[in-house]
Amino acid sequence: MGPDPSAAFRDPEVARRLTAAIAAAVTRPMKIMEVCGTHTVAIARHGLRELMPENVTLLSGPGCPVCVTANRDIDLAIELGRQPGVTITTFGDMIKVPGSYSSLAREKAEGRDIRIVYSPLDAVALAHSDPDLQVVFLGVGFETTAPTVAAAIKTAARMGLKNFSVLAIHKTVPLALEALVNDPEVAIDGFILPGHVSTIIGPEPYRFLAEKYGVPGAVTGFEPVDVLQGVLSLVKQIAEGRAEIDIAYSRGVSSNGNPTARALMAEIFEPSDSEWRGIGVIPGTGLAIREEFAEWDAARRFDVTPPEPKEIVGCQCGEVLRGVTLPYQCRLFGKGCTPEHPIGPCMVSSEGSCAAYYRYTDYGRA
Amino acid sequence: MQQDRILLAHGSGGTMMRVLIEEIFVARFGDDILKRMDDAASLDVPPGRIAMSTDTYVVTPLFFPGGDIGHLAVAGTVNDVATAGAKPLYLSVGFILEEGLPVADLRRILDSMADVAEEAGVRIVTGDTKVVERGHGDGVYINTAGIGVLPEGVDLSGSYCKPGDVVLLSGTLGDHGIAVVSTREGLSFGTSVVSDAAPLNHLVAAVLEAAPSVRCFRDPTRGGLSSCLNELASASGVSITVEEDSVPVREQVRGACEMLGYDVYQVANEGKMVAVVPADQADAALAAMRGSKYGEDAAIIGTVAEGPAGRVYVNTSFGARRIMDMLVGEQLPRIC
Amino acid sequence: MCLAIPATVSIIGENRMAQVDMRGVTRTVSLDLVPDAEVGSWVLVHAGFAIQVVDEQYANETWDLLLEMGEALDAEDAELLNAAAQAAMGEESKA
Repeated sequence: MGPDPSAAFRDPEVARRLTAAIAAAVTRPMKIMEVCGTHTVAIARHGLRELMPENVTLLSGPGCPVCVTANRDIDLAIELGRQPGVTITTFGDMIKVPGSYSSLAREKAEGRDIRIVYSPLDAVALAHSDPDLQVVFLGVGFETTAPTVAAAIKTAARMGLKNFSVLAIHKTVPLALEALVNDPEVAIDGFILPGHVSTIIGPEPYRFLAEKYGVPGAVTGFEPVDVLQGVLSLVKQIAEGRAEIDIAYSRGVSSNGNPTARALMAEIFEPSDSEWRGIGVIPGTGLAIREEFAEWDAARRFDVTPPEPKEIVGCQCGEVLRGVTLPYQCRLFGKGCTPEHPIGPCMVSSEGSCAAYYRYTDYGRA
Repeated sequence: MQQDRILLAHGSGGTMMRVLIEEIFVARFGDDILKRMDDAASLDVPPGRIAMSTDTYVVTPLFFPGGDIGHLAVAGTVNDVATAGAKPLYLSVGFILEEGLPVADLRRILDSMADVAEEAGVRIVTGDTKVVERGHGDGVYINTAGIGVLPEGVDLSGSYCKPGDVVLLSGTLGDHGIAVVSTREGLSFGTSVVSDAAPLNHLVAAVLEAAPSVRCFRDPTRGGLSSCLNELASASGVSITVEEDSVPVREQVRGACEMLGYDVYQVANEGKMVAVVPADQADAALAAMRGSKYGEDAAIIGTVAEGPAGRVYVNTSFGARRIMDMLVGEQLPRIC
Repeated sequence: MCLAIPATVSIIGENRMAQVDMRGVTRTVSLDLVPDAEVGSWVLVHAGFAIQVVDEQYANETWDLLLEMGEALDAEDAELLNAAAQAAMGEESKA
């Protein structure tokens, strides 16, 4: 086995050259949106935004699945956690995100059984080893994660588990990008497309962006050199008036994606409508559990009615998620909304744009 | 002592408690002053100002790769006293034991405490024990308080850092936090990373001697290097810039942090020391660290500058600069 | 939404559960989504699953391309790097 193939993509010298190439290729002001929250963090953590030439603006988009989960869904998860005998298992990302009235962290502090797991299989294992628990797993995330949850449901079905179910609140990316392109307030010249979502779905689902709307995309990885490569591809395309879907992350994304993963997703899930915080319902962007697997669908298993959802007053997360407002332009950023006292999910979530800006940059600080 | 588990009766002040104290605690720590079993220890203290520190240890699990709560309880307080520039002399220990704790576990913990105390050269001179009902107490909670003496002329403070000063770190970051989290339920991963819990008073003394104008020492425990540097920058009204490439981190710790989505600057350390020294004493301080046990991987990691006050920056490998932010709440493993 | 870490497959057990190694850290993950993965494969690991086999050949090819690009740039390097650095400093002082 050779050395880590990703290690080379952290090379500072190559990063410097790519930065120079970007500067040389820019011809006019360009707005590039990084869709994926992991890109937001990678860019912030490596200080890549500061390396961009004057004319290139990197905007963060709605790619933090936790940030775009609607209050309604978080409220439902919380309500499930309040049912006697229910153990909520979740990825760590969800714990602090506020719903309309509470958060999983608050619920945990008040004594509900809420546990962080690293993998949905851990939740299945928990249900298997402890039949007294009624384990509910919160299925959040995009197409990178949905296949893993599908596999977990399939495993639970195969084992005939009676005490495991999933609250499926996954979202899918391509149609959400279409909503952004159609949004009159948003003016994106190119998309940095999520590397690992694309590992699963491949480049084809984004083709319409280039062919129907003339907006180029670059499927991009997460090491600093990967990100710069993606930006360079977009800057060149925009400057040359081209619109293609370029795979700039060839070692992680094949032209066909991962068919096994997609097949598993299709077996367990079917498309549904989904509400995106700050954007509204985008038809076809949700994943609902199919009828055959209804037994492992927490939404069907439990009959709970959460209280009416309410939005957070003053919070501009919706505009930030659409790239209309930069985090530090939000009236609450740094004044009343900080990581210590977060008001909206963009500040709470470790992947949220506002958190990334606040934590890693000087913007908005005294 | 007959029982193999701690019972409520062991905390009630009666004969069972006396047996516990004599046969388990005092027998293991073996200190002459402790053996007197007075309510207060009467101590000889060399002339000078006294430095005092206290800390309570609540780590779970009690036993983790490379150490246990006992190691932490002694090393942690020894190190806190040492950061003042003081020579740690005496410790008090207070235990809250959970009903049902296996005595064998308690013995292991006391062994660890005695080992670290001996290495540090401190005496455990007084203590206290309480027992709480099963379900309260996570096995054991330990409080330690430590007293040390400041040599004449030594006056250190986190508020003394000045522009132009140099920041040193005594070794690799993140070992303790990763070692502990690797045992957590639901996150299990295999690693040979072990906790770095260790007494650093000898290292501190060596640096103090080699670089007498040292401004301050601070150990980057909870909240990691980031909390430590942010506190120093605030207290001194200066900014600190860290060179990312200079910070020593084990490959495995990097791998674990990547896997969990952790920021290594925010992971806890229990056997590391940060020192801020004037630039002209930096080399001497570094040599003193590297020549000390636990300081082999010491490095100069950054510099102090004017302002903005309280700001900590990281120069990334790419010549970009970003802020090293303080931990808010707890670090949670993430998949996003 | 995309934290996936490269790891090598060291042992494959029952039910396509495998032990993988990421920079010395080991973990058990499922290979259900990557039927082609074998011992020695580099994979991307996300949420306890391998989601893709990393194409080492592509990684190397891309790398070679980048190095070539670097050489081509060298000629005008200094000026471009300066310009980029100037712009970067300009961005910073805006903050």
